[in-house]
Formats: sequence, structure tokens, C-alpha cells
Amino acid sequence: MMARTLLAASTLSLPHVNYTAIMPELIALGGSLLLLAVAAVTPRRLPTTVYAAMTSGIGIASLVASLVLYHDVRQGGAFVAIAHSIDVDGFSVLVMTLASCVLILTPMLAAGFFEREGLGGCEYYALACISVGGAMLMGAANDLVLIFLALEVLSIPLYVMAGLDYRREGSGEAALKYFLLGAFSSAIFVYGIALVYGATGSTNLGEIAAFLAHNVLVANGVLYGGMALLIVGFGFKVAAVPFHMWTPDVYQGSPTPAVGFMASIAKVGGFAAFLRVFISTLPTLSQTWKPVLWVIVIITVLLGAIAALVQRDVKRMLAYSSINHAGFILLGLQAATAKGATGSLYYLFAYSLLILGSFGVIAVVGGRGDTGHSIERYRGLARRSPLLAGAFALLLLAQAGAPFTTGFFAKLYVVEAAVAAHSYALAAVAMVSAAIAAFFYLRVVFVMFADTRLAEAPAGDAALVQAAGAPAVSAVGASGSGVFEPAVAGGGGVLLAEAPVRLEEETATPEASATGEEIRDGAVSAWTWSGLILTVGATVVFGIWPQPLVDFAQHAHLLF
Amino acid sequence: MIHAAFLIPLFPLAGFAVLAAFGRRLGNPLAGWFATAMVLFSFIVTALVFAGLFQHAPDARHFTQHWFTWLGVDHLRVDAGLYVDPLSMTMAAFITGVSTLIHLYSIGYMEHDEDFSKFFVYLNLFVFSMLMLVLGDNFLLSFFGWEGVGVCSYFLISFWFERPSAASAGKKAMIYNRIGDAGFLAAIFLIFEKTGSVQYRVVFAHLGHLSTGTLVAIALLLFLGAAGKSAQIPLYPWLADAMEGPTPVSALIHAATMVTAGVYLMCRINPILHLAPDAAHVIAWVGACTAFLGASIGCAQNDIKKVLAYSTISQLGYMFLAAGSGAYVAAIFLMLTHAFYKALLFLSAGSVIHAMDDEQDIKKMGALAKLMPLTAIAFLVGWLSIAGIPPFSGFWSKGEVLINAWAVSPALWAIGAFTAMLTAYYMGREYFLVFLGQRRWVEAHAGGDGHGHVLEVPNHHSAKLGADPGATGARSTEETGSEPGHGSGGLHPHDARWVMSAPLVVLSFLAVFGGFIDLPFHPNFVLLERWLDPVVGHSLLVTHFSVAQEWAFGIADAVLALIGATVAASAWRRTAERPALEPRFLTMAWFIDWSFDHLIARPSSLFAGFASAVIDNRVIDGAVNGVGALARIGGLGLRKVQNGYVRTYALGLLAGAVVLIAFIVYRAGV
Repeated sequence: MMARTLLAASTLSLPHVNYTAIMPELIALGGSLLLLAVAAVTPRRLPTTVYAAMTSGIGIASLVASLVLYHDVRQGGAFVAIAHSIDVDGFSVLVMTLASCVLILTPMLAAGFFEREGLGGCEYYALACISVGGAMLMGAANDLVLIFLALEVLSIPLYVMAGLDYRREGSGEAALKYFLLGAFSSAIFVYGIALVYGATGSTNLGEIAAFLAHNVLVANGVLYGGMALLIVGFGFKVAAVPFHMWTPDVYQGSPTPAVGFMASIAKVGGFAAFLRVFISTLPTLSQTWKPVLWVIVIITVLLGAIAALVQRDVKRMLAYSSINHAGFILLGLQAATAKGATGSLYYLFAYSLLILGSFGVIAVVGGRGDTGHSIERYRGLARRSPLLAGAFALLLLAQAGAPFTTGFFAKLYVVEAAVAAHSYALAAVAMVSAAIAAFFYLRVVFVMFADTRLAEAPAGDAALVQAAGAPAVSAVGASGSGVFEPAVAGGGGVLLAEAPVRLEEETATPEASATGEEIRDGAVSAWTWSGLILTVGATVVFGIWPQPLVDFAQHAHLLF
Repeated sequence: MIHAAFLIPLFPLAGFAVLAAFGRRLGNPLAGWFATAMVLFSFIVTALVFAGLFQHAPDARHFTQHWFTWLGVDHLRVDAGLYVDPLSMTMAAFITGVSTLIHLYSIGYMEHDEDFSKFFVYLNLFVFSMLMLVLGDNFLLSFFGWEGVGVCSYFLISFWFERPSAASAGKKAMIYNRIGDAGFLAAIFLIFEKTGSVQYRVVFAHLGHLSTGTLVAIALLLFLGAAGKSAQIPLYPWLADAMEGPTPVSALIHAATMVTAGVYLMCRINPILHLAPDAAHVIAWVGACTAFLGASIGCAQNDIKKVLAYSTISQLGYMFLAAGSGAYVAAIFLMLTHAFYKALLFLSAGSVIHAMDDEQDIKKMGALAKLMPLTAIAFLVGWLSIAGIPPFSGFWSKGEVLINAWAVSPALWAIGAFTAMLTAYYMGREYFLVFLGQRRWVEAHAGGDGHGHVLEVPNHHSAKLGADPGATGARSTEETGSEPGHGSGGLHPHDARWVMSAPLVVLSFLAVFGGFIDLPFHPNFVLLERWLDPVVGHSLLVTHFSVAQEWAFGIADAVLALIGATVAASAWRRTAERPALEPRFLTMAWFIDWSFDHLIARPSSLFAGFASAVIDNRVIDGAVNGVGALARIGGLGLRKVQNGYVRTYALGLLAGAVVLIAFIVYRAGV
């Protein structure tokens, strides 16, 4: 018995590990260990800015490694490494670069928040490093099992992050919800992998593609079922309707910097694998999955835009807005062309920086306790802090797709891809949703820049919105907690019954103070400023001079 | 040297960016000096590029400086890049040159304004937009500059937005320009549809394939855009109100930027106009009518700036007359000389307004020549130039326009010539009423301390709306009319300090000698024509007229101008009241603005009121409420879904998965 085990072990051939191929991942994951080690060996607790600086440094190191890899790929072409499970091509390098940028910016925009809240420690930063490593791996993975593994490496830190603000029950509630639903969707995803393996005999993406190219399945129900379940798994990660329902609750409850991070990195990782699996591995089945995504895109962009209209809580509003964005990125995927993939990647890049910056501003305005997220809180922000309001306005306009920002080109390229793929109706619906979305972005801008003396009129306007259509969806939103039943029995609903009520109270307080006393925003640290300058700067510079980013995205699909 | 062209728009842009960020910290007057320096640098670079271009052979005097591709979708490619050729460089040179002088003047004019630095932020952005307009190498980039100019003009005209008249003037400019912009945009769409490009050179190379109807449509749509920006019939009324802005803004809008954009566009698209003669005739006739209309109204206005505003409308009409007659060189020539003398007139008027403590009614001025000799001489030069008295610059440029008009149709010439006489008359009227004749204002007590300046300062500070001179300045004449002498103890007019006087001197010089760049006596003297020849080709002048005919036209022009000036002198030298010469229909500007107001604006407002009261409340709100009700019903369902319970969400996930599988299986027909 023992001998047999030994024999098996001795014949187990370890693959050659090409470390440069996974250097960015190694740096990010190793960085988290470094942070934890530093925190363990230093006798006194270090200020949070030290960890933030270290994390940004790790991000810069992995960015350098990604660019080196990019250079290698441009010179020597794409290659497959480590037992055919890691793809090193323009696509994975772009995802690595993007994830590195997120890792550089995240601590900048979070440090001020954690300093203010007194939530010191290295946990947030270490978790961010792990998650970024997972996202990079998702872009590089060439094997369904590895994708699943990377998905979990990406997700589990996010669950923890959601619950990082342990003093606020809303944070714990968000973490638990996110975790339970995430686990559920992972189970579905794994089941999908199993079915695909059953139908094709491999989990390796290259082999699956080759198999499907050379064989015609007579009874392909198993394969189709597996594909459907993969869509569910990815759809959950990227918050596509109807797998989006966790998003508003989790975004609202989680600590704001964690929301910014999860909103960007989860979409980066999720869409990276989504694009690779469906465009490069399952193109032979596109006639089947395209109609499915067609429906999903339509309901995602529309529900995201319309539900965001009636939110009174800015975090919740941006949650729905990010659902709308997810629909746009899916639009590129739905086209199932190289152009579509380029468009989606560009959108992903633009969106990640925009959403990070936006939540960076929200973290500041939220004030002590991370509770002031009512839209009323933003009234007169331009007077209190013109630069902050200006930055936020720019980020929101970019999200709305205003020209001379990256947001404009992002929408342009995915819609162009949809039109080129003759999905005219889809493109039209997406543009209509963008027009609807522009309304709620502009409302925040208007509130920020409106004269505070006119406070009564918009309040009436808000009341009108409330009277008109708000209760329907916002019932679920900020003001809808009345529907929570006090007692909960069984199932996934083991939830703190009072927690949502608390959420309501929290959002109500600043509203009361908005009309009464002076609102005091959180202080804006130099770290936050530099993060905002970088995000806003990139948004504007690449909005005026888009070529470098477009080229980058185009190389990504060329080397697929 | 010519590759430094990218710096031309970059300097004002940098000035805008720096002033927007640190303008308040730089403060008064440093922010103004900084802005002036930026435009001056831009002018210097322009001059260098100009000189560099000169070293090439005439046919090689153009190049495209490609920066980057801004937009590349399908076969729509929009580059950000500059197109440098004699036309764009001529425009850039006079834009930056005149703007520099206006910036310098503004340092003095705006010195008491609390928003001093903000003013220069807008000015620099204005110059940047205008430069992008003329230097852009494609229609879309020019349109970007076009819109930038529109936005800046809105900000600057309503700079003193506390005053309702300024706010509404800004709005008016915006709305009239929107109408024109719609035409421009439609033209760009049409051009792209028919030629597959928006780049000037590519478009012009493809014109042969286009039908005449298409070309006429494009030309007329572009003309609609140009009419909006350059105040032609019927989109001109905004320009008369635009003088609500601070006077340097009026000078900038009327002379160097904005209104010249339309003329530039017409000259830029000369290959299109050549192939669409019908459109060109429309343009020429509209231009001639506008010229006459503006001049006739100018005869009966009492606001010192309003007379100038109508004269601008009239002069722009001449430019369109020239462009429509195919005489692009004449249009540019008149634009150049007009920029000199109109800037000069506006800045002199600004000095007068400044000295008169913000009085703008010429009937309340008079006999200022002795007290403000420099300003009086400057204004006199401006008058003689615009009137077309030889050898001032206006004589040469207007003469060229008229002779070309004759070549197209003697009727056009007749309108133009009569208008030239009117021009000499109404500008003379203004000169005599302001600087000569009797004193119709209350002088400061000589017993004070003898220094009017000291008296002036408290006046500014006592102004109701803060320390800006114009805040009380361009108030409506009715208001100032009720309080002669303007509150505190009278006036002591005098010439302004050097930052305001120096530009007057330079502009006077240019207004006198500016005409010498294109003298019709000998082929060697027509410098401008030879310079622009690679862009626009020969104008009609060379082929059609003998030297004797040219002399005859020149003498006729001069005689008409002298008649107008003489009538003005005899009518207005002694008295300020001649109701017979100021009929009500002219004072009311032919009731055109009035009828626009009553026939379009007010019914629109009424309709808007009706819409807000009935349509909005009943129909839209009804629909919204209906949607709301629907949503509430659906919301009950939604509420059940988005209820905060994990179990529900998980169920939703599962349901989604099931539907998905069912859908796929159904589609695949397994």
C-alpha cells in the first residue's frame, strides 16, 4: 500500500514552472504575505498610511512585471505556460496591468478612510493584494479548474472586506449576504465546469476549443447545461441581471473603500474569464449563447439604469449604475467578435478607474462613521469643497459617457461593436439606457452645484419623484426597509432583522442635518488627492488622447 | 520653425488651465499679465510659423500637423491636428495679435472687478477655442472650437450675470448660435455621408463626385451656421445685445474672434462655394441686405456700443457679400482691417465709458475731445477707416468688396455703395455726439481736489454690485437716463492709463496703414492676394477690370464716404436733437427684434407656460404617475424580490439559472 503511494508520488511529473509568466500574480500574492509579516514583526501598530504606501509599492512592482511581460509578448508572441494552464498573451497582460493599476490606486483612496475611522491594521491591504492576485490569475487561466480557483482567490478576500467595519452591523450583514450568495453561485459554477468536462472530456480551454472544433455533438444537452451554469457563475460575479440582487445590499452595507475595490476588481476578474471562455473557447457555440446574452444585456442595462433613478442613497445608486455598466461590457461580449472584446476591455479599463475614484469621493463625503451617503448630503458640496465636487462631477459625467472622457469612448466602442455585429436593437436599447442613466448622474452633479439656498425646491422635486415612481423600486432601496420581516426562519435568510432598519436610521440622520446644521465632510488627505488626481487625470487624458489605451486593448485581442 | 505650430493654441490653453487652478492666487493684476503673456507668446509663435511658411514656394505653403487620432470608428476618422496654410495662419496672426492688445487693455479696464482672474480665464479659453476653430484640420475639430467660442461668449456676455439684461443677452447669444450650430452639424453629417470623411483636404478632393444639389445643401447649411456665429439675417439680433458684456469682451467678439468665424468658414469652404454658385448668390444677397440693415439701424441708436454693434453687423454683411461674390481675398482683407478699426472703436468707446463713469448714452456726452485727446484721435481714426475715407484701411478693403460685388451684379454694388455712405454718416454722427458739440453732462466741481481720478474711485466702490466698473456700467439707458450725472458729484473725464491707451495707439496705427497690405495699383502690391492665392485662387477682380475702371470705383467710393461724413458733420456738429433723422422704425431696429420677440419668443414662452402647466402636469406627470402606479404594482413583486433576504436572492439566482437552462435547451432544440 505504502509502496504504491510512493510509486505514484515518484511518477508524478511536476510541470516546468515558468516564474516570469506568473510574476505579477506572485508579486501581488507575495505582497500580501509581506504585509502580514511586517504587521506581525513590528511591535507597535503601524499607521495605516505605511501599509497603504507598501501596497501601492507592491502594485507598482506588479505593474512593472506586467509591462515586462507585455514587452515579452509583443516581442516573442503569446505562449502557454505551466502545463498548458496559464495563457500569457496580450489579453492576460492587459488584465494584469489593469489589476495592478487598481492595486496602486486602491490604497491611495482608502488610506484616508481607514485613518479617519480608526480601522488601522494591514488587513484591508493584504486582502486587496490577494484579491488582485486572483483577478490576474482569472485573466491568465487557461483551465476551467484554475479559473474556479482564481475566482475563489478573488472572491473570498472581498467577502472579508465587506465585513471589515466590524462596528457597523450593516457591514457584517453585507459580508454575510455576499458570502452566502457567492458560495451558492460558486457551487453552480463548479457544476457548470463538471458538465462541460463531462461533455468535452477536458477542463483545459485550448483542448475544449479544439474538441468542439473537430467534433459535432449529437446530444449536446450536457454541454449546453454546463455553459448555462457558467453564465450564471460569471453573471453573478459581474452583477448581471438576474444574478445581480446581492449588489445593492452589499454595496450599501460594505465599508466604502471596499465597495470601490470590489466594484472594480470583481468585474475585472469576472469579465476577464467570461471573455476568454466565451469568445476564445466557445465561439463554436456562439449561435446558442449569443441570444441568451442578448436578453441578459437588455434587462441588465435597463434595470440598472431605471432602478438607479429612484435611489436616494448614493452608494446604492452607484450599485445599480455599475449593473448598468456591466450590461454595457456584456454588450461587447455579446457581439462575439474581436472588436467586441476590444470594446469590453477598454470599457473595463475606463470603468475600473472611474468607479474607484467615485467611491474614493464617496468615502470622503460619507464622513465619520461611513454613514452619510444620502444624496442630500451632497447638496452644496461645490461650495464646501469645490475641488472634490469638481472631481466627482467629472467622474460622474465620464460614467454617463460625456465626450472628452474615457467613458465616452468606452460606450462608443462597445456600441460600435454591437452595430458591427448587426445587433442594432441591442445598441439602441443600450443607448437609451445610457440616456436614462445620464439623468441620475447629472442629478448628483446638479445637487452638488445647486445653490444651497434653493434647498426647498429640489426637496419638493424629490418628494415628487417619491410620489411618482420611487416607492416601487426605492422601497427596496434606502427607504424600503419597512418590508423586512422581524422574524426569520431557515434558508439563507438568517439575517439580522434589525440591521436594515439601522441602515435606514443612518441614512436618515444626515438628511435631517442637511437642512439644519452644517454638514462636515471627512477631511481629504493627500493620499486621497493623489488617488483622485490619478483617476480623474487618466479619465480626461485618455478621453482626449485615447489612442494608447485603444492600442493596448486592440493588442489584447490580437494575441488572443 | 513651422513645426512649432502646435504651440499656437497650446499657450492660451496653458494659460486657461493655470488661471483656472491658480488664478485667484495670482490675483489682480498678475493673473491679467499672465494671460496677456500667454496670448502674446502665441502671437510670437504664429509670427515665426508665418515667416517659416513664407520660405516655401507658394504651392508648398501648407502642411498638416497630425497629433493623434481622437476618434476612429469604422471609416469615420477624426484626427486632432492642425492644418497650417496661408488662410489659417492669417487668421491665427490677427486673432492672437488683436487679442493680445485686448488682453492688455482688459488689465486696466477690469482692474476694479472682483472677478478679475475669472475674466482672464474665460478670455484665454476664448482665444484657445478660436484658434482651434481656424487651425483645426477637419470640420469636427473646427466645430469643437466653434462650440468652445459659443460657450465662452455665453460666459463673457453674461459676465455680470447679476444684471438681468446681461444674463438674458448671454442666453440670447446662446440660443441664436444654437440655431446656426444645428445647420453646421447637419452639414457635417451630410459631408460625412457623401464623402466619407470630415477632413478638409479629403472632402475638397472628393467634391467632384457630389451632385450640385448636395453641394448647394452643404453650402447653405454651413452658411446657416456661419450666419448664426457671424450675425447675418435672420440670426443677427444677438450681436446687438452682446454688448452687455464688459467692453473688452465686445471688442474681442466683434473684432478678433467669434463673428469672424463664419467668414473664415465661408472662405475655408471656397471649393464648395465654387461648385455651388446658387448658394454663393444667396450668401451674397443675404450679406448685402445685412449690411444695409445694420447700417440703417446704426443711424438711430443712442447707446455708444450699440451703434458699434450694428456697424459690426453691417460690416460682416460686407464680408459675406464678398465671400458670396467669390472674392475671398476681399472678405479676408475686410475682416483684417475691420478687426483693427473695430477693436480700436470699441476700446476707445470703452475708455469713454470708463471716463464717463459708465454712461453709455451718446446724447449725454459731447465735447470730450479736449478732455480725452488721445481717445478722440483714436476714435476719429476708427471712424475715418470704417467710413472708407482714403487712405485709411477701410477704403481699400471696402473698395475691393464693392468692385467684386459689381462683377456679380450692379444691384449688389448699389446696395453696398449706399450702405457705405450710411456707414460714414452714422459713425460720424457718433463721433460728433461724443467728442464734439456741446457738453451734455455735469462736470465735477473744479473746487474738489482737481483730480478726477480721485473722484472716480469712490464711484466705483459705491457701485451697488461691488467694485466692478461695468456692474453699474451697461445698465439700461432708461435707468441711467433718470439720474443725470450719475449720483455723486459729476464727472471729470480723462484719457485712461497706459495699459488702456497703448492698445489704442497700436490699433490706430494699424487702422491707418493696415490697408497697405493689399493695394490694387500693381500686381506687386497685392501682397495679401498673392499670399492667399494658393488657398482661394484668383479673385474675380484681376480678370474683369481695367485700371481706369478701378480708379473710377475708388473715386466713387471716396466721394460717397465724404458725402456721408459731410452730412453727419452738418447735422450733428451743433445739436444732439434731430428727431427727423431718427425715425422710430430705425430706433426700434425695423421692429425685427421686437417681432421676433412677440411672434416667436413670447408665444414660445406662453407655450412653455402652457406646457408646464397642462402638458407637464397632466400628460407627463400623468404618465409618470401612471408609470409610478405601474411600478408600484410591479414594485410589490419587486419588493418581494429585492427584500434583503439572502434566501430570496438565492432563490432568484436559482430561478435565473433554471430559466437560462430552459431557454438554451429550448433554443438548441435538444
